[in-house]
Amino acid sequence: MEFQGGSSPVTDSGDDIGVPMEDVREHLVVVGNGMAGCRAVEELLARDPARYRVTIFGAEPHVNYNRIMLSPVLAGEKTFQDIIINDRAWYDDHRITLITSDPVSAIDRARKTVISRSGRTIGYDRLLIATGSDPFIIPVPGKDLPGVISFRDMKDVDAMLDAANHGGDAVVIGGGLLGLEAAHGLTLRGMKVTVLHIMPTLMERQLDEAAAWLLKSALEGRGQTILTGADTAEIYGNGKVEGVRLKDGTQIPASLVVMAVGIRPSVALARDAGLDVGRGIKVDDHMVTSDAAILAVGECVEHDGNVYGLVAPLWDMCRALADGLTDQHSGYKGSVTSTKLKVAGLDVFSAGDFSGGEGCEDIVLRDASRGIYKRVVVKGDKVVGAVLYGDTADGGWYFDLLKRGENVADIRDLLIFGQAFASGGGALDPKAAVAALSDDAEICGCNGVSKGQVVACIEKGACSLDAVRAGCKASASCGSCTGLVENILALTLGDEVQSGPKTMCKCTSFGHDDVRREIVAQDMRSIPEVMQKLHWSTPDGCSSCRPALNYYLLCALPGIYVDDQQSRFVNERMHANIQKDGTYSVVPRMWGGLTNPRELRAIADVVEKYDAPMVKVTGGQRLDIFGIRKEDLPAVWADLNAAGMVSGHAYGKSLRTVKTCVGSEWCRFGTQDSTGLGVKTERMTWGSWMPHKFKIAVSGCPRNCAEATIKDFGIVCVDSGYELHVGGNGGIHVRVTDLLCKVATEQEALDYCAAFTQLYREEARYLERTAPWIERVGIDYVKQRIVEDDAGREALRARFLFSQQFMQDDPWAERAAGVHSDLHQPLSPISIAAE
Amino acid sequence: MTDWIDIGTLADIPPRGARTVHIGGEKEIAVFRTGDDQIFALVNECPHKKGPLSQGIVHGQSVACPLHNWNIALKSGEAQGEDKGCTPTIAVKQEDGRIWIARPEMTKVAA
Repeated sequence: MEFQGGSSPVTDSGDDIGVPMEDVREHLVVVGNGMAGCRAVEELLARDPARYRVTIFGAEPHVNYNRIMLSPVLAGEKTFQDIIINDRAWYDDHRITLITSDPVSAIDRARKTVISRSGRTIGYDRLLIATGSDPFIIPVPGKDLPGVISFRDMKDVDAMLDAANHGGDAVVIGGGLLGLEAAHGLTLRGMKVTVLHIMPTLMERQLDEAAAWLLKSALEGRGQTILTGADTAEIYGNGKVEGVRLKDGTQIPASLVVMAVGIRPSVALARDAGLDVGRGIKVDDHMVTSDAAILAVGECVEHDGNVYGLVAPLWDMCRALADGLTDQHSGYKGSVTSTKLKVAGLDVFSAGDFSGGEGCEDIVLRDASRGIYKRVVVKGDKVVGAVLYGDTADGGWYFDLLKRGENVADIRDLLIFGQAFASGGGALDPKAAVAALSDDAEICGCNGVSKGQVVACIEKGACSLDAVRAGCKASASCGSCTGLVENILALTLGDEVQSGPKTMCKCTSFGHDDVRREIVAQDMRSIPEVMQKLHWSTPDGCSSCRPALNYYLLCALPGIYVDDQQSRFVNERMHANIQKDGTYSVVPRMWGGLTNPRELRAIADVVEKYDAPMVKVTGGQRLDIFGIRKEDLPAVWADLNAAGMVSGHAYGKSLRTVKTCVGSEWCRFGTQDSTGLGVKTERMTWGSWMPHKFKIAVSGCPRNCAEATIKDFGIVCVDSGYELHVGGNGGIHVRVTDLLCKVATEQEALDYCAAFTQLYREEARYLERTAPWIERVGIDYVKQRIVEDDAGREALRARFLFSQQFMQDDPWAERAAGVHSDLHQPLSPISIAAE
Repeated sequence: MTDWIDIGTLADIPPRGARTVHIGGEKEIAVFRTGDDQIFALVNECPHKKGPLSQGIVHGQSVACPLHNWNIALKSGEAQGEDKGCTPTIAVKQEDGRIWIARPEMTKVAA
């Protein structure tokens, strides 16, 4: 069977409508329509959808499906439809020619053609071999009897289901991952199953002895017979399978024998073509074989001496391959693998090396009554292996620690208790656990989806579990990572997780980004205009959308838009921080955290004059005067103004403070004048309204006394210049900054600061701090806008400075002079009339 | 019989805003003006944690408390949505461009 791409192969440009043109693009022929072959094509299309003409040969009669999900199909939990990765529409949409049920039987490297079993000869420019692996059939008498099958493709599953319909006894040879899944499925389908395993313990490559024993006991509890150390001598039967005889003479009757002892890379095609073949087809870091025009990927390859039989390395290989095919050579560096599986509801996880050895130390936790066993292998303060049984929730975390080679000396005591404890919380907060995972931590093992990819998918608009599954396939297969994906959704979207499209609030069907875009596109000038043109469903919005709209208009129209006081939160309207008793606290600005006797006297006088019950030094190096009544605010401000102080904006979604250390002027370690730079930075940025509060710090040396690496914008002075850091915050979820870049001069540090601030002002959503914003758009994007694009950075800086002209009037002075006195003074009853 | 107190004109209160007024030894009263110039008066205390409702964002016929964003209906004083609680209301009338509120002790029971 063969089908071609879309019925009218029209190019997008439309300049040759209806006329099929000869496709002159390089022809990529893929041998193998399995997970590796198709994933490689997907990765390629993601990078450059137009570069290659693609033809895929498949030996099976199916479209591309998820082979590792055959177990749930066997177990009756899924149908074949459920495990299809790419349906026919995908091939059509990408104009990929799919040739099914016709395996390639030979490669003619001299002519650059492949010849299929049915006699098709097709030329290639690049050939990709993705033939996967073949099941290993142990060479015992009776291995070819009808009723002896392997567990590799849909055909095998159909054969097992057919046998299960007749009931009876089944023998599974092989107590590895595949064999146990086959045994589980057949048990669920009603067969009496015996598992024969030649090694002393089950899954010896993934599990240590203790975990294997727990697994064996549990499977026996579910009705399976597990024989370890069982060496098969013969499969006997007359015309069809009747049973298996072991070398010790034991006979086990069976009408079905599933051979699942292992797989071997499928290399015959490559070997016959004269390619360099070891255990697998030898490839370099870009998955190129000994013939430069031929690539290979997946289970059929041998890279750096390693052959992989798990799915995760395959994703890594496909990325490297696609990078290579699109001239962005990244190179495959080998994979560290982990195994996470669920058999009959039993959670098993293993990763890395747990065989022990010199310098390895085991940390073990056993909870016999709950059937939990955990073992983490540590070597030189790093996690090198982990085996979990019964509770695998922390598997991803251990694997992440292992892959990153993180030093665990500090958390070693708590390591075995899992991420929640080791991170210091104690309470189990699954969201915090997910938040702590790195971006490249794998979330969905079935489909090879990392946390970063899930987040990217959500940022592109997926705001429900279904949308994420459709968008990036995370949790779309076995579903064991559904909880993780839901937590990522919650973390990324906050309260906005929903089934429909994400809207700004219940007053509108538009999202923040849509509203913002329309404000600019339609040149809207006021909140009522926005509400009118965008069909707000409420007369004057709500306390969520009004402050957001006010900010978006303010940002878009500096100097033109008239700020709507009634759309400000109380603190921004009152220019002070409301406290629980309805009084306010007042924080005068102290540039860079510097003060002087005059300011301190004025503050002391205010405290006494207005009987403020408390004065406190803040975390941002300011003084906070508490307990001021709203009626007294203008008078307090007048007094502070008189001493030269202005509003500290401690109350605003705005630039709060620039925190500094003393720097080279005084400190024996200081490398630059951090205090002076802090003052300059604050003079430049004060008064600017932002999507959320914005904090800056300048540290004079890498000792970082000003804590610049947990600020929205942090400058760390070094001998040779200034390191610029962005996107940090303290708070509930502490986030350390990303390094933006390093600059040589103070002026550059100021320029980059202005540009970054403006980018954040223009593109972050209201109430989104820099940390979640950067996690949403990616630090690479920020670097591209601020570091790589000189003209763009200069334009951002100019827009910021232009906007600042209108922002740096002290709001306190205005109020002290009587503007908006109605906000501070009560009405006075005038007369009373009785009726 | 109700004692009506003249507290000023519509222009004294900003649209979608509020002013407070003290009458005798009673609790402070918040007088709200909506976007469509209706006037409402409530005791200036959120039923939740006594936040000053006069400082909240007025939207439609509700005000969002500045402390914890409870939404209070201006007409009934009832907390909206999931929140439960009620703030006493005070009768108001507009006559000849002036705003009159009922003397609170006369209306407390009714509220």
